[in-house]
Amino acid sequence: MEKILVLLHTAADGGLPPAALETLGVAQSLGAAWDLAVLGANAAAAAQSISSGAGKTLAVEGDAFSQSRYSTDAAAAAALIQASGAQIVLAPGTMRFNRALPGVAARLNGAADTHIVAVDPSLNVHRWFYRQRMEGTLTRSTRPWVLLIEPGSNPAATTAAGAPAELLSVPVETRTQVTGFQSPAADQQTIRPGASLLFVAGAGWTKKQKDGATHTGEAGEIILGFVQKTQSSLGSSKSLVDLSGEGQAVLPFLTHLHQVGQTGSTPRHRKGLATCCHGEEPHVVGWRFINERRAINLDPACGWSRGKADVLYVADAFEVMRALAPLL
Amino acid sequence: MPYQIIVCGGLAPDPLQTLEPVSSPAGPALKNEMMLPAVFDPWAGHALYEAAHLAKQHPGSSIKVVSLAPKAKLQQVMMTIAQKLPFELVPLDGPGGGFTDAASIAAVLADAIAAIPGLDKSQVLLFGGWESATRGAGTVMQMVGEKLGITEQFLAVDELTIDADGALVIKERVEGGQHQVSRCTAPPAVLAWATGNLSEPANHPQTGMANMRAMMPALQKAKPASLTSALTFADVSLPAVTRQTRIVKDVPAAEIAREIAEWIKQ
Repeated sequence: MEKILVLLHTAADGGLPPAALETLGVAQSLGAAWDLAVLGANAAAAAQSISSGAGKTLAVEGDAFSQSRYSTDAAAAAALIQASGAQIVLAPGTMRFNRALPGVAARLNGAADTHIVAVDPSLNVHRWFYRQRMEGTLTRSTRPWVLLIEPGSNPAATTAAGAPAELLSVPVETRTQVTGFQSPAADQQTIRPGASLLFVAGAGWTKKQKDGATHTGEAGEIILGFVQKTQSSLGSSKSLVDLSGEGQAVLPFLTHLHQVGQTGSTPRHRKGLATCCHGEEPHVVGWRFINERRAINLDPACGWSRGKADVLYVADAFEVMRALAPLL
Repeated sequence: MPYQIIVCGGLAPDPLQTLEPVSSPAGPALKNEMMLPAVFDPWAGHALYEAAHLAKQHPGSSIKVVSLAPKAKLQQVMMTIAQKLPFELVPLDGPGGGFTDAASIAAVLADAIAAIPGLDKSQVLLFGGWESATRGAGTVMQMVGEKLGITEQFLAVDELTIDADGALVIKERVEGGQHQVSRCTAPPAVLAWATGNLSEPANHPQTGMANMRAMMPALQKAKPASLTSALTFADVSLPAVTRQTRIVKDVPAAEIAREIAEWIKQ
């Protein structure tokens, strides 16, 4: 099998993110010779900490590379790939590398494939198409070939320290400065990768209830109370997010960042609970990686009833969630 | 400062349609692909609405949509999209769909953009969706940018503002539900959009008629795109359906709550 380059980046604190070790695990499982390259803050030390078994160990670090930014990341990654000479590059599918590596592949006259969930020693890769509605196995003849491994889809490698990294000097030119990060307020949770439960609020929360009136204020309290107690991820359907975009009085803490589905995220959680959401296909494609699914909806014929959930509770979500709160 | 905003966007099957993969001599395809109703790719749509918003704020700006799709389908979809905002279409006639090779698509788009008359790179903002609803790879925009020599690139953008100095202030989605905020001193730049914050503009028939007057001749003259593929598919299939939904009805809310609480705690 062709030699592999395992290309990783460090996080802002100089450590390696979990997705990096998962990617290394994939490389080790293929049984081929592999080089290791790391870019970012403290990259040389991070590379040495896991370099046991690697052929070459390479790193690019320095102030310019501590920020997640296309121009500098692409320059560093291209230099590392060229220094290794490997034609197969495995990298974690983090936002940083999803941004930079496809362009690097183009720069090197290669190709990149993303959201890879499995690779075999013949370099057949497995990924999803049409927003997780079908799955395919493919290979390609283009080299270099950059494969971005989907975080959370493979076990992490067992690592040991090895040879120190050879530091490369990479000239950079950029017009971009990262000025900071913005997080949602503490009580406005969005998708939390580490949570075991996804809670989805659908548009039904904002509709008229049995008494003929809407109760969006109470809906907001119930939803946020549940999310805070369970430390779950908070997701939404597109219809509810769009309502807020159209200026209707809805749930003000729900934005496009909460959207799960066709034009939203596809989070990975062990369990998911959908409330007041119809379970239509464009939303449910975002549930592909939710293992155990339950839904509360007044409509027994909603999408969830057709094999999309394990359990559908045909009930009033307001009543169920009010009763659920003291039990948590 | 006026901007030359170029929006790359393809077509996708209407998300409410049932999709089924089939084998064709050219590789995998969708069953009845040409019969499936299509929509403008949703994330590219968000990019287009953001482009219109930006162009309105900066007089003299122009919007060009570069789209690679079967010509007949493109014409159908444009009948709707053209009603939403004024733009010029640069159509490329070729296969769309999720099983095409992103690298080849990027090369064709980059060539088409480079050939746009009067292109001034110092004013170019290259927009598109961060992923498509078909291939869902999220690679084309970066490759197009790279082929055009644009090395300031942003992925999963939710907000673009222009500050007093003319710098681009951009919010990109990153892990953990956060936004990374960056400041880019000037165009050219690639912005691959997530959803942004704008809702879909209402249809405006007069705008649609004005747009279509220029689009129809462009569509008739659309150049066939010569795509290549280095991909070999072993198989494409629908995921196995494994769930048998248990429907719980006519049960008191308190009992359902107890069951859910136990399930959450497991």
